[in-house]
Amino acid sequence: MTAAQKAKQGVLPVARQDAPKELAEETAVSGLISLIEILRIAWEGVVRNKVRSLLTMLGVIIGVAAVIIMIAISAGTEATIADQIQGLGANLVFIQASFGRGAPGSRDTGPSLVYDDVALVGSVGGVVGTLVDQMTTQSVKADSTTLTDVSVVGTTQDFLSVREVEISDGRFFNETELERKAKVAVLGSELATNLFGDANPIGQSVTVGTTKLAVIGVTAAKGVVGSTDFDSQLYIPITLVFDKFMPSQFRQFAGDDVRVIYAQIDENADMDKVIQQIQLKLATSKGVTVDELPFTMQTQDDIIETQGAATEAFRSLLAWVAGVSLIVGGIGIMNIMLVSVTERTREIGIRQSVGATPNDIRLQFLSEALMLSLVGGLIGVAAGVGGSFLFGATSDMRTVIVPSSIVLAFGSAAAVGIFFGFFPANKAAQLDPIEALRHE
Amino acid sequence: MQAIIQTHNLRKVYGMGDIQVNALDGVDISISEGEFVAIMGPSGSGKSTLMNILGCLDRPTDGQYLLAGEDVSGLDKVHLAAIRNRRLGFVFQSFNLLPRTSALRNVMLPLVYKRSEKFTTREREEKALAALEAVGLAERAEHEPNELSGGQRQRVAIARALVNDPVLIMADEPTGNLDSKTGDEIMALLHELHGRGRTIVMVTHEQYIADQTERTITLVDGRVAQDDKNGGH
Ligand SMILES: Nc1ncnc2c1ncn2[C@@H]1O[C@H](COP(=O)(O)OP(=O)(O)OP(=O)(O)O)[C@@H](O)[C@H]1O
Ligand SMILES: [Mg+2]
Repeated sequence: MTAAQKAKQGVLPVARQDAPKELAEETAVSGLISLIEILRIAWEGVVRNKVRSLLTMLGVIIGVAAVIIMIAISAGTEATIADQIQGLGANLVFIQASFGRGAPGSRDTGPSLVYDDVALVGSVGGVVGTLVDQMTTQSVKADSTTLTDVSVVGTTQDFLSVREVEISDGRFFNETELERKAKVAVLGSELATNLFGDANPIGQSVTVGTTKLAVIGVTAAKGVVGSTDFDSQLYIPITLVFDKFMPSQFRQFAGDDVRVIYAQIDENADMDKVIQQIQLKLATSKGVTVDELPFTMQTQDDIIETQGAATEAFRSLLAWVAGVSLIVGGIGIMNIMLVSVTERTREIGIRQSVGATPNDIRLQFLSEALMLSLVGGLIGVAAGVGGSFLFGATSDMRTVIVPSSIVLAFGSAAAVGIFFGFFPANKAAQLDPIEALRHE
Repeated sequence: MQAIIQTHNLRKVYGMGDIQVNALDGVDISISEGEFVAIMGPSGSGKSTLMNILGCLDRPTDGQYLLAGEDVSGLDKVHLAAIRNRRLGFVFQSFNLLPRTSALRNVMLPLVYKRSEKFTTREREEKALAALEAVGLAERAEHEPNELSGGQRQRVAIARALVNDPVLIMADEPTGNLDSKTGDEIMALLHELHGRGRTIVMVTHEQYIADQTERTITLVDGRVAQDDKNGGH
């Protein structure tokens, strides 16, 4: 050793003079080594081969992102459906002719749901409002403006209360006008502006198809609910629709058939009981038993549930796709960890020689696999959340990010890391120190 | 003087099917605290095998090994690991430093696996730096092994062997991969350690290196053939 080196060199420690402690006390084998150190070693393992790690994580990234995006899409679809159903009003029962029997245009001769049944349903105790609507598309002409393809909604006088629409100018038509097929019209707020500009439409007239109607009211703006744009529609008595606007080839079968009667139930009433009463009354009037009645009665919850069941199947299919992707990602992690254990056999031997126990080695490689899957999971969550937003913004499908889907996807990624990391980690732990040290 | 190493009829048999190799064939040695012992012998005589067992990296097939008075021949992998950590320091012919890892982090390694006493990262760094300073490499603490010369690497390995204050330093051909000048520097370091009371067992093929120690044990065919005190030192 040169003098210069000697000068720089510190003092070598003296061998301890005190008797070594009892072996058992000094060679404690239980407990974990520093968690920070474990994480640090694992992190170094991940960043040492950045490209390799990223490629390894790809399966997990795709799996996690897929879970989040797909659940966001199906939740978005469900939310749209729910909005649409709820947007029809509160506490409604939908009375519909069963498919194929008594439906409009059906040649079946069973009892059908007709306009007169609306009054019948309305007379049942607990029913606070009834509504039917019949939609046609017509051209609408004001003084100087003609609009084609306007939605003309034939409905009843309870429309405002059931659909929760308000009138800003004039009034809605009443029961008398409904009975008399009065030639009156109520305009959606936007339609009113489109037809009359700033002029007051009340008292003016519009020509719907070939029929001239008096404008008696304009609704307050409500906007789009579900897929219905309340503000651009024109509302007239449904009796007028039967009389004037039903396509002739349709009318010869249908008469005054209605597709669906909405009954709004008193929120304090027992819904099931009221439904039974409605069924009984309809059955009596049709001269059949309740069981023979070819009408379905559904609450809004029923309908949302039915629609939900349809998306459920879609959702579980997607879950399988995502699950398979995660498993493929896990196998990728296992593969790269096996390579890593072989590459680092000598490192394992060195660690063992300075006192790493099999458990320390196992934990090290398990943490590395977990780190790969967690980092992959995090990137996947970011990609999934970002992708959901992007998908919702750029397509006409709505996406709703479900927080539990993030937890589920991230949790699955962690589980995959532990599961597929275990075999390589065990392999590393079982290496013999001498063999490992001799490894080239 | 207390015996640090005491073996009775130590045997190691490598079984390869029908052929059995008696790598160690009844070794009885006793090494006292503070001794500096060289182990010599022809290739294949069992030197590394003996070192592995004395270093608790391997277990004897038969016989007894007392380390600092306690029987360790029957301990399991986990307890052997703990003993390596607390009682032993290794210096290898091929250095065996972690690649792409700074000298400091290499020296910290035994402290990471020390369970009898927990240190913060800060404390580990301080202790490792002190050990590096002791071997004259403090300013190279942040260098990785591939940025260091062979002699410097071996000094990092010695610092790592020292950091946990071992009762015994095991060196298997510590100068084997070094030129004679660098080898002499390492020997000087080992002598200095010995001078400060460390017990050192070292395998070497070089007679002049063995002559520098206090005692030479010569193995032939897995048996102790000679056990001499070296004069003049
Ligand atoms: N893992 C093993 N499996 C089978 N035989 C082994 C094994 N390790 C060592 N041996 C044999 O045991 C005997 C002693 O080997 P050892 O490595 O201890 O010799 P050595 O004295 O260190 O030799 P060298 O001077 O070449 O390093 C040799 O015959 C060797 O072939
Ligand atoms: Mg050897």
